[in-house]
Amino acid sequence: MTKTITIDPVTRIEGHARITLQLDKKGQVDDAQFHVTQFRGFEKFCEGRPFTEMPAITARTCGICPVSHLMASSKACDDLMAVDIPPTADMLRRLMNLAQLTQSHALSFFHLSSPDMLLGWDSDPAQRHIFGVAAKHPELAVDGVKLRKIGQTIIEILGGKKVHPAWMVGGGVNAPLTEETRQKMLDMLPEALDIARRTIKWYKQTLGQFGEEVRTFANFPSMFMGLVDKSGGLEHYDGYLRVTDENGKTVEDMIDPKRFHEVLGEAVEKFSYMKFPYYKARGYPDGMYRVGPLARLNISDHAGTPIADQELAEFKDLHRGAVLSSFQYHYARLIEIIFAIERMKQLLEDPMILDPHVRARARGNRNEGIGVAEAPRGTLIHHYKINDDGQITWANLIIATGHNNLAMNRGVKQVAQHFVDGTKLQEGMLNRVEAVIRCFDPCLSCATHAMGQMPLHVQLVDPTGNVVDEVLRD
Amino acid sequence: MARQKLPPTQTLTMKIDDVDVTAKPGQTIQDVARDHDIEIPGLCYIDGLTIWGACRLCLVEVEGMRKLLAACSTEVAEGMIVHTDTERLRRYRKMVIEMLFAERNHVCSVCVSNGHCDLQAMAVQLGVDHVHLPYMNPDVKVDSSHDRFRLDHNRCILCTRCVRVCGEIEGAATKGVGGRGINARIINDLNMPWGDSQTCTSCGKCVHICPTGALVEKGTAAAEMKKHRSFLPYLTVMRES
Repeated sequence: MTKTITIDPVTRIEGHARITLQLDKKGQVDDAQFHVTQFRGFEKFCEGRPFTEMPAITARTCGICPVSHLMASSKACDDLMAVDIPPTADMLRRLMNLAQLTQSHALSFFHLSSPDMLLGWDSDPAQRHIFGVAAKHPELAVDGVKLRKIGQTIIEILGGKKVHPAWMVGGGVNAPLTEETRQKMLDMLPEALDIARRTIKWYKQTLGQFGEEVRTFANFPSMFMGLVDKSGGLEHYDGYLRVTDENGKTVEDMIDPKRFHEVLGEAVEKFSYMKFPYYKARGYPDGMYRVGPLARLNISDHAGTPIADQELAEFKDLHRGAVLSSFQYHYARLIEIIFAIERMKQLLEDPMILDPHVRARARGNRNEGIGVAEAPRGTLIHHYKINDDGQITWANLIIATGHNNLAMNRGVKQVAQHFVDGTKLQEGMLNRVEAVIRCFDPCLSCATHAMGQMPLHVQLVDPTGNVVDEVLRD
Repeated sequence: MARQKLPPTQTLTMKIDDVDVTAKPGQTIQDVARDHDIEIPGLCYIDGLTIWGACRLCLVEVEGMRKLLAACSTEVAEGMIVHTDTERLRRYRKMVIEMLFAERNHVCSVCVSNGHCDLQAMAVQLGVDHVHLPYMNPDVKVDSSHDRFRLDHNRCILCTRCVRVCGEIEGAATKGVGGRGINARIINDLNMPWGDSQTCTSCGKCVHICPTGALVEKGTAAAEMKKHRSFLPYLTVMRES
């Protein structure tokens, strides 16, 4: 008899999702699907609004990474206005984005994923959360909270508030930096760097314990995509699209991000509200690629800051060609935090950052605009069309998490087939299935353009719909 | 017509909120309260423009009257006893604000007037923390056809300040009200796109007198639309000159 196991909802992720595992007659996993169960409709209700409101509206897609949407949306507005923003505005936008990268990666690593690594995938689920970590490893929990706070505080200093700051606008930013606030931010960075370096050292020492997970957590050949700067270095704000294959060989390079549609296609599946982007040249679903921290480090020739460059070199030694295990998303995230802190310091120490000219003014001068940037989770694309009065007639948001949809689905199947024994359902098995999703740090609120935390509810259902086994977590 | 200033031939005595006050004949309850630093809420009343009585926020209780009266449009009388801040009034005022929010699409967080909006400030002042009525979510349009300004019906509360300032101060009479009841909308000329108006002088007074994000300057992002109101105290002077 075949059975289906449903993990609903998936916990410690951002948004609402469900996983179903189809078992064969022997109780082994035959197939797996990752369903994103929320629907939001941003692209529709933006229609008719003035394009100048788009950064603020689309930022509401998410409370974790509003800055990414602000940035991609502001860039799309720059394009609609057909302006080059002042160089200082570019630096300030980069600064806020790096602060967000730091806080978002800290949230993913410490708050959402560290409980699995520190307390064990099979530990008591009632304790397997950040408070459980705080009870057993208070120093690490405090580091996580502090690091996130530093990122959030920099966002607040720049934009006036931590979540949904209205400071980034089409044409630049709406207020320059003062010497006093610059110093305040610089003063926070040494502690952040200490925390980041401590954490990466701990991670590298501990990695040996997770051999089985590293081998099976979405560890397969795939392509990688992201932005690189003009020298092929790590880039989060601007630059060019690069796509590499599973061997680390570059197959597309220096693509103007505005030409993304020449490289990427989008497919739809009936079982999920999240779309399935793919690399056009290889077709669907073979054109599966990954984005985000792991992809960015795989495609980048160098980082561009001293400590991050050393760490990147060590990271690239993990595997010849490209690092393929999605478990190493965690590692990549820690390296990116170091890069972000070092780069923020460089930006803040540049006297140009205090220039008061931070905004270009114009109205809608083009009827179509595209903004592309690297969100913490990967490449984010905002694409708008406006009428001659500057009102949105059409909008399309391609979200970082969406790019990873194919890879997440395959990852879930790989982990489920390795760990889940349907004849004897154990919570720890299913937690690993969830944990592979956490590696990607998906933001499903964004990807379906919800929120909240819900308890885990796992049901083992037979083909006639009867619940034969059930695991509940509050 | 400008209100005539009468010589103070007579002084009336009355009570507002248990305070003995004096008034002149022809003054409204709002005028007298203001003279004595008693604040009565309101969104449509602007000193210097015709009294409209549309927003119903300045409703007060007058002893001996069963109906609530609008302070902006009720003339005082000898011996009147007025209450401006009772439990019943507070309840009604909150209800008025809730109805305004429910009627159109007031999305403060992404509005260009966020933080600089009279409706929002009034909701905060009156302690409106929930809207107990179902939102109507009407499909209303935005008119961005004017070169410099925008009319966003989603944020309009039909206070008609714009209509009055345009007709009575600027003398252009571009703005008017079209439609009836729930379908009433601010219109330009004979209900044409603002940008096509032959009468609009683009003076901008309507934009800056508008209490919400309904009339705004183009090019503003969320929370950036600060209204310049320094000219408001001169409206009376402008009318009379």
